[in-house]
Amino acid sequence: MAYSKKVEDYYNNNDNIGSFQKDEQGVGTGLVGAPACGDVMKLQIKVNDDGIITDAKFKTFGCGSAIASSSLIAQWVKGKDINQAQTITNQQIAEELSLPPVKIHCSVLAEEAVKAAIQDYKTKNPNYDHSKNQ
Amino acid sequence: MNINLPIYLDYQSTTPIDPRVIEAITKSMIEDYGNPHSRTHKFGWIAEEKVEIARQQIANLINANSKEIFFTSGATESNNIAIKGVANFYKNSGKNHIITVATEHKCVINSARDLEQEGFKTTFLPVKKNGLIDLNQLESAINDQTCLVSIMAINNEIGVIQPLKEIGQLCRKKGVFFHSDCAQAFGKIPLDVEDLNLDLISISGHKIYGPKGIGAIYIRRKPRVRIKSLFSGGGQERGIRSGTVPTNLAVGLGLASEIAKNEMQKDLDHVKKLSNKFYQEVCKLSHIYLNGCEINRYPGNLNLSFAGIEGESMIMAIKDLAVSSGSACTSASLEPSYVLHSLGVDEELSHTSIRFGFGRFTTESEIDYAIDLIKQKVNRLREMSPLWEMMQEGIDIKSINWKSH
Repeated sequence: MAYSKKVEDYYNNNDNIGSFQKDEQGVGTGLVGAPACGDVMKLQIKVNDDGIITDAKFKTFGCGSAIASSSLIAQWVKGKDINQAQTITNQQIAEELSLPPVKIHCSVLAEEAVKAAIQDYKTKNPNYDHSKNQ
Repeated sequence: MNINLPIYLDYQSTTPIDPRVIEAITKSMIEDYGNPHSRTHKFGWIAEEKVEIARQQIANLINANSKEIFFTSGATESNNIAIKGVANFYKNSGKNHIITVATEHKCVINSARDLEQEGFKTTFLPVKKNGLIDLNQLESAINDQTCLVSIMAINNEIGVIQPLKEIGQLCRKKGVFFHSDCAQAFGKIPLDVEDLNLDLISISGHKIYGPKGIGAIYIRRKPRVRIKSLFSGGGQERGIRSGTVPTNLAVGLGLASEIAKNEMQKDLDHVKKLSNKFYQEVCKLSHIYLNGCEINRYPGNLNLSFAGIEGESMIMAIKDLAVSSGSACTSASLEPSYVLHSLGVDEELSHTSIRFGFGRFTTESEIDYAIDLIKQKVNRLREMSPLWEMMQEGIDIKSINWKSH
């Protein structure tokens, strides 16, 4: 199967590959997918006191489209407020990468990874909303 | 040394045509355009003569009589003829059971499934972890209703060689016919139909540096195996397979068989040398697993699992190498290989498997290039793999409660 140019580009982009310390207070980690299904994505976000995602890293076990989808969202969430990041949808990801129908699940997984990372951050920082209002 | 990219390492799906075969086919296309079944003029007689020479060349490679060789369109058709043809001929004598194996090619499995629809009983033997069948299981599966045992010689996905001689002896002793899909084995390893007690074998042209679109089936005369042909027609090929034999393709398959016979040892030595080097070098990366038996195998097929790296992303990373993850017929699907599944390979590992195929025209510098590329890309992909990270941290991947989709 031939991949789109954008999938190739994001797949080859090393900028956001890596990990943060999981137990760091400002880090949210999302781990989604399953090895038996052939896709596992780990997305980590670093959030500052203003609720802005200042950095993001990913690691992915999966096909080229899965790697490209996670590479793309790591890029996209950076600089966004976590509430904005929460609204990223799989359609946006699939459209940006021109994913064929058999690869749509990669974009679904990427959306889930963002949501899971944000959820993890919120769980670790229960006073997040409160602190923002002060 | 200059290398043409991409490098072809997919010799199980098909092989490049040998230049000597191309020459013979081209010559035949110009000279032998007569219909080999025309009896009324010289054009027909010449074409027929060429077809008969090819038939003899094929027979020579397996120690058969040329009257036992019938041309078909390829191994898929031959497998269909063998399985459905035997089953349908002998059903009137009360035989309605056939035995095959879970790791066979789809055309064998689906032929058996089709027969199930018509009321036949089937047994799909499991394989051991090494991909080989258990002879005791085969023996106990054979009963009074069994008419055919169909077990492939070399597996197309993992390269293991089934114990043909033992299977042949068992089938002869029990009085059931033994068919073998030899698409991957014919011309690659010695096959003697007398020594192995083979009653029917399927042969493909394009797996042995011959043309696509032609194959053959060997059907034993003594003791005679009868089959019901699959389709109606002019009764060519003694009624086994109607339709005009494509003279030029038959000439190509004949010559490809003759070359394979004369150069078998040379080809085997060459492939073994490259395969050993490749395997030893790639294994220097850790957590590389060879799928299938290490001993009973054809060296030109290495199916490797790269722990922590999903197969499709690996193929994308090494796109200078033409390889496949599983068989070409199913590589567009997202399902992991049913063959690896039958071996009991862990699902996460079966998603990481790549098949490397080597052949007559693979060069040592191509192998060196492939080794370097793989080493480099495996490291990058593992650095970006969350599973690899967990393995490094000593986390058991199975201990995590994954949410499957």
